Amino acid sequence: MTPRHRLTIRSIESDPRAAAIVQGAQQLGIELPHPVDVAVADVIFVEADLSTDQLTTLQRFLVDPLLQRCSWLEPAQRGVEVTFLAGVTDNVAATVRQAARRLGVEISGAATARRIEFGAAITDEQATALVTRIVANPVIERWSTGTVEPTFHAESVARGEAEAIPLAGLGLDELITLGTSRKLALDPEELVVIQRHFDSIGRAPTDVEMETLAQTWSEHCSHKTFRAHIATDDGETRPSLIEMLRHCTDVIDAPFVKSAFVGNAGIIGFSGATTYAVKAETHNHPSAVEPFGGANTGVGGVIRDVLGISHRPIAVTDILCFGPPDTALDDVPLGALHPIRIREGVIDGVADYGNKIGLPTVSGAILYDAGYTTNPLVFAGCIGVADGWAEPAGPFPGDRVVVLGGRTGRDGIRGATFSSLTMDATTGEVAGASVQIGDPIVEKLLIDVLIGAEHLYSAITDCGAGGLSSAVGEMAEHSGADVELSMVPLKYAGLEPWEVWLSEAQERMVIAVPPAHMGALQERCDHFGVELADIGHFTGDGVLTVRSGGLPVLKLSTEFLHDGRPKRQMSATMPTPVRGQHEDREVDDHRLALLRLLSHRNIASKASTIHRYDHEILGSTVTRPLVGRLADAPGDGVVIVEPTKTAGIAIGVGVNPWYGLHDPEAMAHAVVDEALRNVVAVGGDPDRVALLDNFSWGDPRRTKTLGELVAAVDGCVAAAMAFRAPFVSGKDSLNNEYTGSDGERHAVPPTLVITAVAHVPNADVCVTSALSEAGNHLLLLGNTSPEFAGSHLDLVYGEPPSPGSTPALDPKAPERYRRLHQAILAGLVQSCHDLSEGGLAVSLAEMCIGGRLGVAVDHVPSGSLTAALFSESTGRLLVEVAPADVARFTQLMGGAVLDLGTVTDETTLVIPGVGPVSVDDLVSAFQRVVIPAAPEGRAASLDAGRS
Amino acid sequence: MSRPRALVISGPGTNRDKDLALAFQMAGADPTIVLASELAHRPTLLRDARLVGVAGGFSYGDALGAGRMLALDLVVGLGDSLNEYVATGRPMIGICNGFQVLTRAKLLPGALGHNAHGRFECKWVVLEPQPTSRSLWTKGINDTIHCPIAHGEGRYVHPDPALLAQAGQVALTYRSTNPNGSVADIAGVCNPAGNVLGLMPHPENFLIARQHPHHQHPDHRGLGNDHLGLRLFRNGVSAAAGM
Repeated sequence: MTPRHRLTIRSIESDPRAAAIVQGAQQLGIELPHPVDVAVADVIFVEADLSTDQLTTLQRFLVDPLLQRCSWLEPAQRGVEVTFLAGVTDNVAATVRQAARRLGVEISGAATARRIEFGAAITDEQATALVTRIVANPVIERWSTGTVEPTFHAESVARGEAEAIPLAGLGLDELITLGTSRKLALDPEELVVIQRHFDSIGRAPTDVEMETLAQTWSEHCSHKTFRAHIATDDGETRPSLIEMLRHCTDVIDAPFVKSAFVGNAGIIGFSGATTYAVKAETHNHPSAVEPFGGANTGVGGVIRDVLGISHRPIAVTDILCFGPPDTALDDVPLGALHPIRIREGVIDGVADYGNKIGLPTVSGAILYDAGYTTNPLVFAGCIGVADGWAEPAGPFPGDRVVVLGGRTGRDGIRGATFSSLTMDATTGEVAGASVQIGDPIVEKLLIDVLIGAEHLYSAITDCGAGGLSSAVGEMAEHSGADVELSMVPLKYAGLEPWEVWLSEAQERMVIAVPPAHMGALQERCDHFGVELADIGHFTGDGVLTVRSGGLPVLKLSTEFLHDGRPKRQMSATMPTPVRGQHEDREVDDHRLALLRLLSHRNIASKASTIHRYDHEILGSTVTRPLVGRLADAPGDGVVIVEPTKTAGIAIGVGVNPWYGLHDPEAMAHAVVDEALRNVVAVGGDPDRVALLDNFSWGDPRRTKTLGELVAAVDGCVAAAMAFRAPFVSGKDSLNNEYTGSDGERHAVPPTLVITAVAHVPNADVCVTSALSEAGNHLLLLGNTSPEFAGSHLDLVYGEPPSPGSTPALDPKAPERYRRLHQAILAGLVQSCHDLSEGGLAVSLAEMCIGGRLGVAVDHVPSGSLTAALFSESTGRLLVEVAPADVARFTQLMGGAVLDLGTVTDETTLVIPGVGPVSVDDLVSAFQRVVIPAAPEGRAASLDAGRS
Repeated sequence: MSRPRALVISGPGTNRDKDLALAFQMAGADPTIVLASELAHRPTLLRDARLVGVAGGFSYGDALGAGRMLALDLVVGLGDSLNEYVATGRPMIGICNGFQVLTRAKLLPGALGHNAHGRFECKWVVLEPQPTSRSLWTKGINDTIHCPIAHGEGRYVHPDPALLAQAGQVALTYRSTNPNGSVADIAGVCNPAGNVLGLMPHPENFLIARQHPHHQHPDHRGLGNDHLGLRLFRNGVSAAAGM
């Protein structure tokens, strides 16, 4: 055995990771003795027998004496060391090997570990709790008390052969048992079709074939619910959900839609030859099991979607849904992570990928609800740009099948089927292999190689869920291909053929390359340091053949693979929401209600998260997620305009699952409206807006859950038609459910995220939500009614037994937005903010915070004061207009404005019947420095959202 | 007058190379983005350059510490040619990760550690050019420079900051808020000759007034240009033109 050396490196200043552990302990309620004595160090292992000089050379490189101390000795202090499980990618270890090579020090292996050291006052039980609850993740890591022995090389022997799975003669029950035991996530009808197919060709399927069919036919890849025939109980006949959305886009027939619902992303072009690729994805299941890796690779995946349609990525978005941070440790079901751990990991994961790959993470939202405790939702979006995009025409027979980027390992196997199953307490263990590990630097290099190489390939797609089986399978759909798995570069030996074929190892793209271009492509890859593997060719014979060492392990007609799946037949029970029933609310203390709303986690400042994302890189972020004098007020949309251009895009997001609990169709209306308001408020053109839909739902095989989904799609279609804003891409993530150890199912509330991308004709006239100058008038656009079901007022004060209706779509909103846009272009608008969660009062407060100015309100909308201030009626915006422009603005709006009052430099928000609230108090509540307590006798939790 | 040739040095994971190239371009230079590994094979690139920038990002993913691997590329890969470039007095700038690289390559004093608060942070800051600085990059800039920071390891560490200031090597300090715990509020330092500047903030992201977060505010309209980061690059380019 080769000897090994270990270098323990400690930071001279206290390591921030130690503080994070202590903070995590506090958040999770793990009691520790004070002062807390926890330290963190890094350990680097090298496998070699090195001289003192060689060790010194390595040490000089690895340790900066101004910042760090180190030791080659075994540590004497009490500690626990955490290292990756064998086979999990260790990027730092790979860098150690690379550095040693550059330094001329020969080593045969490297590994890393984190070392956590504890003071004497911390008991063994406490130390174990810290390591298992906060530090280590058993899905990807192992740990030892004292010191850990690293694994330098993951060793296992693969047979390299496929296994036959006999299906002939099996009864339905036996087929279902087989499907369950192999976690295929296939419907019984699908298993029967597969059995018949292989009966007809007279052989048993191989494991590679079964796994490939399971991935290709998974909910995740084939969207069988969105393509299903659905029988509803409301007497209406509908086409499939996907056809409804597509049809609506066809009918709107917007000239700026270049490609919708085809390929990896939607493509729109507002002016000239510039096109934008837009896409949003979910990465929910992986984020529940391994929050950092799940969110990290969620971002990586959606960036590859944009790259996979030949657009240069320019911005990332993220919408995150978590369980309440104050959930008691005992209330977290067995096998699930605590919401705080999930939140911290997910935010770290999003920040890490976006920051490292060099894209601004610009737009997003964070929502908290008890329904997300075991099922966090991570929506990651990406926008790309191209000049003169033309759809690649291939692949053509004879073109090479080329895999670019990262190597293939055992990471992320069966991700597509995993995410199509309901999770339970054992998911973390069995899904260990489905965790993906991201490497944003490799993906950055992929962008460098592929942007500008469009002339070298005839087709391109990203390698996502299902790995090569999906990427090559989809690309070969109309052609056929013959590939050899032994040509796929592996991270380590020992992978069986089906594992190579299905691995979801990240940062890989598949392209079809005419043989004549292989030389030029290889040169380009060598220049940027990207690995290229030529694994076979496209055939044109309509057959997908996969070989291992020359022997076929999969031979399927592409027709059966892609069109063989029987159409799902489903039934839906449509919801029967309360409509048109205005139920007012009453609060005793409106000032307190405002402050309580501002400090509700859903509304309160997200600054601590936003500042962890680089939103400045590329220099194109003209309107940021945080705005105002001190850059601490929430903006509406963000505006992205390249520094050398005048026109660009605005991005807005709409989401409100609490409406969905009452009325999924109205929710869809409301969130489309919200996304539009957000882009219009910053200067986006309401006549040039494209939409993305992302549904995260529970198990659609429950008829009520499916009915809610159908209703939401109905709402999407109606809203898109009303605004003439077409959907260009979407994604559904179903089965967001968790069977707890209590045997009960926990589903997410129906969550629809709408992303709007709008044309911004002139970056120089964009506005923000921050009040700009005392003396200006503040005008309210839109109508206010007591529509409180699903409102944040109810989240804070509790929902009455008869909540009434959720906010309805305002038919006059589209025209209102058009006129407002003209006013913004004419320079009549000094600031503008939309009204959403918390209604008028919260919007006013946010504008005051932005400008650090006050407002003296003279008039509020008619009706009760509670409705005027806190109703969430849709279609409303607040607009700041200079006194001299009020008449012209009012005329432009067709007279439909309410002059609320004036901006003041008194730094106090004064509303009749409410009493003055200082801007300082607003800021304290918004930043949760002061969290106002609930008045006596009024139940409902401030943080927990739905109780 | 012809535009001086500028190089923007990048490595795997560098991501503000295009931002820096645009800054050089708008300041009047003719920039080319090159990989450090490419420089080793094409020595004339560095020989002919009049202006060099090492761009920000996460070269090599910050594995083993920010900037270390890219510094290894420059020091081991280029041998003495980088030192020779500097010795001729031609201007060089390292921003963010580029600053980390230049300290690791010993072209600038000190080191950069984890932010005191322990997190990556992105926000706008105000920089005060030090009148006593020998840096050619900050020469004649009296108004503050506004620009964003975006880093997790930007805490400047130096055993004797007073001595550094005395030697005229402190070029830029943070005004009012020190975002990362840097010693003596130091945001940027130069070499003793003043031609090499390293700084953590990103002046390359404030080239036109529209990029300023307050450009829409009435108090700031028209004032944006007084605080442009572009002025640093104009200084660099005019020094390069004089070479």
